[in-house]
Amino acid sequence: MTLLSVNQMKTSIGQYHVLHDVTFDVPEGGVFVLLGRNGAGKTTTLRSIMGLWTPSANSVHFKGEDISGLHASDIARKGIAFVPENMGVFGGLTVEENLVLATAKGKFDATRLKRIYQLFPALEQFWTKQAWSLSGGQKQMLAVARAIIEPRALILIDEPTKGLAPSIIDAMAEAFLEIGETTTILLVEQNFNFAKRLGRDMAVIDDGRIVHTGTMAGFAADTALQEQLLSLSA
Amino acid sequence: MNQLSQTLERFGGVYLLPVFVALVAFVLIGAPSSWVTLTVAGLAMGMMIFLMASGLSLIFGLMDVLNFGHSAFISFGAFISASALAYMSGWLGSAHIGLNLLAIFLAFSAALAFGLVAGWFFEVVIIKPVYHDHLRQILITMGALIVSEQIILAVWGGSPITVQRPAFLEGSWLFGNVTVEIYRAFAFVLGLAVYIALFLVLKRTRIGLLIRAGVENREMVEALGFRIDRLFVGVFMVGSALAALGGAMWAGYETLITPALGGEMMIVVFIVVIIGGLGSVEGTLLGAIMVGLMANYIGFLAPKLALASNMLLMMAILLWRPSGLKPAVK
Repeated sequence: MTLLSVNQMKTSIGQYHVLHDVTFDVPEGGVFVLLGRNGAGKTTTLRSIMGLWTPSANSVHFKGEDISGLHASDIARKGIAFVPENMGVFGGLTVEENLVLATAKGKFDATRLKRIYQLFPALEQFWTKQAWSLSGGQKQMLAVARAIIEPRALILIDEPTKGLAPSIIDAMAEAFLEIGETTTILLVEQNFNFAKRLGRDMAVIDDGRIVHTGTMAGFAADTALQEQLLSLSA
Repeated sequence: MNQLSQTLERFGGVYLLPVFVALVAFVLIGAPSSWVTLTVAGLAMGMMIFLMASGLSLIFGLMDVLNFGHSAFISFGAFISASALAYMSGWLGSAHIGLNLLAIFLAFSAALAFGLVAGWFFEVVIIKPVYHDHLRQILITMGALIVSEQIILAVWGGSPITVQRPAFLEGSWLFGNVTVEIYRAFAFVLGLAVYIALFLVLKRTRIGLLIRAGVENREMVEALGFRIDRLFVGVFMVGSALAALGGAMWAGYETLITPALGGEMMIVVFIVVIIGGLGSVEGTLLGAIMVGLMANYIGFLAPKLALASNMLLMMAILLWRPSGLKPAVK
């Protein structure tokens, strides 16, 4: 069943046409990966889905409903969470305050909080610390924890491995696999090994257009296609 | 140097700055009674400037709006309060402290109510169309300031207006050789009460959490499901109301006000917001107290430098901490 459908989405930023024709479907459950070279339009695609930039009319449907003209806050309330490339944690707020802000009523669900502690033990350890004092990996954990502190149908995650140490990337991959069992993840990633490990379905974007869609297993097996679309050498 | 900085942070960091300035002034002034009088005057002045500046700091930090019209709220607060006090002059002169208190409460409430309503109008009609455009913000808010000054001239005239004070706030307390003006003590207590209220709202409530988060990253607050534009209106209204309250208190402090009052205070208010750090209530308080203390100490020690003291203070602090003493965003 399709959870998110992006159909011929076009987005302009100022006078620049960044997305020309973005079309793909994200099925419910698991991790869907959007791959592409630098500047291909991956981040713009996520931000357009989230309503942070305005996509063309009638181009984004979530659970069958057109969300392309909605305000970002209304899209968030429909059950879509966003983890931006810069993580978007509030440095002046404590870990606890960052998470409280992401809850609907200002209170934690004990079960979900316990799950977050299990996924990211560092957050419990630094619970009362201000977020600016966390390491890059811990900030990324906080950003992801904020996205799952409430039940969400879809989480948009933009390049979560950027600048992280390999050990943190491994921990992050484990966490995403576990989160993907109950929540759909749309992941934008440049680290192909990380993406290959997580993704079930995938799409490749180039110059603002989707140029390939399929299963990750199929794409991972086709080195010629990887070379052609992502300039990855075997 | 790093070790010195860490040691300073352990003992209070930048919060020690006013204490350090006061200690240096104590040595330079020499006479303890003069020092206490100047310190109380500086703290009272600082608290009134804090009221005027705190709203601007939040508006600047949260909304990224350069509101040069902020001083209009200061002026209107001063004139509305002065008119209300003049209307209740019978109560002000009464020996009954209850009537005195009621008069000042109603006068300050009138200034606050005006600030709330005018703040709403200003945000919705003037500021909203120019979000994200600093040049237009400067032009339109400067224009609104000029219109506001003309309205004050039309309503109250160009002559200075004498502001009456309630009888219980007239005079001074004497402690040995030390003189403490009652109005200054009142201004300090009221300013402190407003600071505590603001602090509690910002640190202990969900709205406060949203404001602090919004100062750092507006977009992310929206991506978490909150309409930050609605928060903008509320913050703008409260900021304008605080400016009007600060103007009302300043009018009682000066006892003679002119339509140029807001414009004169605006320079000081901007200096306080810049040296305190954008969007930070603690920083604004710290900056305001520093400006208040320095103005009084330098006015006593080197009167010829008094006018330049604020600028020199701002230069020194920005050279040391380019983002201000206690910026909201690290």
